[in-house]
Amino acid sequence: MSMSLSFVLQLIISGFLMGGVYSLIALGLSLIFGVMKVINFAHGEMMVWGMYIAYTILLLTGIDPFLSFGVSAAALFVVGYFIQRVVVNRIIEFPEAMQVIPMIGTALVFENGARLIWGPDYRSPSSRFALSSVFIGDIMIDVPRLLAFLIAIVIAVLVFLFLKYTDLGKAIRSSADNRLGALLVGTDVNRVYGICFGIGMACVGAAGALLVSLVPLSPHIGPTFTMISFIIVILGGMGSLAGAVVGGFIVGVAESVATIFLPSSLKQIVSFSLMVIILLFKPKGLFGR
Amino acid sequence: MARVYLFLGLILLVLLCLPLVLDQYILSIFVSIFYYAYLGQSWNILTGYTGNISLGHSLYVGVGAYVSTMLAMHLGLSPWLGMFVGAFGAAVIGLMMGFLAFRFGLRHVYFVLITIAFAEIGRLIALHLKVLGQFQGLFIDFKPGFSNFQFKGNVPYYYISLGFVVFSLVAVRWIEVSRLGRYCVALREDEDAAESLGVNVFKYKMIALGISSFMTALAGTFYANHIFYLHPASVMSMAFSIEIILRPIIGGLGTLFGPLIGSFLITPLAEISRSYFAKAGFEGLHIVIYGVLLVLSVLFFPRGLFAYIKKALSPVLMGTKRPGA
Repeated sequence: MSMSLSFVLQLIISGFLMGGVYSLIALGLSLIFGVMKVINFAHGEMMVWGMYIAYTILLLTGIDPFLSFGVSAAALFVVGYFIQRVVVNRIIEFPEAMQVIPMIGTALVFENGARLIWGPDYRSPSSRFALSSVFIGDIMIDVPRLLAFLIAIVIAVLVFLFLKYTDLGKAIRSSADNRLGALLVGTDVNRVYGICFGIGMACVGAAGALLVSLVPLSPHIGPTFTMISFIIVILGGMGSLAGAVVGGFIVGVAESVATIFLPSSLKQIVSFSLMVIILLFKPKGLFGR
Repeated sequence: MARVYLFLGLILLVLLCLPLVLDQYILSIFVSIFYYAYLGQSWNILTGYTGNISLGHSLYVGVGAYVSTMLAMHLGLSPWLGMFVGAFGAAVIGLMMGFLAFRFGLRHVYFVLITIAFAEIGRLIALHLKVLGQFQGLFIDFKPGFSNFQFKGNVPYYYISLGFVVFSLVAVRWIEVSRLGRYCVALREDEDAAESLGVNVFKYKMIALGISSFMTALAGTFYANHIFYLHPASVMSMAFSIEIILRPIIGGLGTLFGPLIGSFLITPLAEISRSYFAKAGFEGLHIVIYGVLLVLSVLFFPRGLFAYIKKALSPVLMGTKRPGA
């Protein structure tokens, strides 16, 4: 093998940094599943909305997505709260399999709604930080990737702290553990669910904004990211937040390293095969309860 | 029951005569209606009757389309025979997946996810096979002739697709009244209860999946020789899987006529709105409408349209009074 060690290291690091953003995406999905037992099939499509919101802000005001990610997060929080109250709340009691169909309908609306508004073409807006990079030894790290990673990790830590220490966070966790019990002690479960869905969406919206300078933007990349987040969440264990974070890093590195052996358009085969194997042999995931 | 058969016979007679009066464009819409009704019915056998939602049925269409086309292109085998080879191949793939999924006890959402994973892996492999044209897709030469499964004009396709629909209705009716159908419905309603009563749940889920994937793949050959162009993005994509499930869900899951009724409602709407909205510069709007329909139909009509039509027609056809009337 003439493959240099530093090249492999480079791929691992770049995958690891991407994995940080994946973790944030999957955190949102796992939080929603953990609390409501609903799988958000529109997850990647909603992330794309986060991307387009940051992109539009960049176009109109010149403010970089790395600064405006909070706007994407806030907008997606509102959308998430609304979707939860209008659609998700009505299907919570449905048989698990029948929940899938309205969520897919929602995904179609988001994907093609984005296409109607922003058009079908790919866009790669240039961030102020694009193309800048730092070197550690002979390993190059591009700055947008590093920034996206750092911000994603900070947001993930904030979400953990919120769930752990605030009253609302405790209400969310108690509704997840025991819906009836939470109702009995007077928790407004519907409101808590709405907020929880909103937080999940805010995570993925922020992640979308962070990805604007890393991933070419198109309405139709949503389903791919929905799939990636499913793979991560299944790997980490559905509903396990720590699992989502660790799973994000594993998938990020695996996809990146797979490009050594496979053309990058095939790297998803690795992820899907991983998903099948985990589904069969460890359906509760690596960290499932 | 005699009146029901008479009624259905009359409808079939009308459908058989339609090509005499309809123009090519309207006929092409009817071909689409029948094509999606047949696909929906094939999917319905697995999902409607056993309750296992598959979101990967495009995989079987793709296998059927590519296998019969490859056999015709390279070995000169007539698609009429090749379609059964393709269907057999699709059934083998479906059963392999089913064996893994059912043996390892994947249910509900986990089953949905494994069907997606298999379909996506299949799509990615097809996209990278040189012999299938990779990213350019595969163009099929137009050589009209009965043995080539290729025809000028829409009339032959109309009758073939109508034949597919009639075949699927007869097959599903046969399944419905057979022991197989009863077991499938029993395990759909409560798998554990069915198993505790001695139903071999694994076996019947496998049979349903085998029939479903086999029948689905037959439509792939029809598609290939009707459209003359194959690309994994159109025949093996998740978007296509969603097209397949949309009509039976709106028409009525697990009912004999649900897929056909759903297709009669949705397909013309889809064809007309697709071309209308694209002309008006709103490409994608028709899929937004699909999405809204999927949400609304499950929220407000979870039993599908067929339930309402049946209720409205049964006093006339069955000679019975409406309960409570």
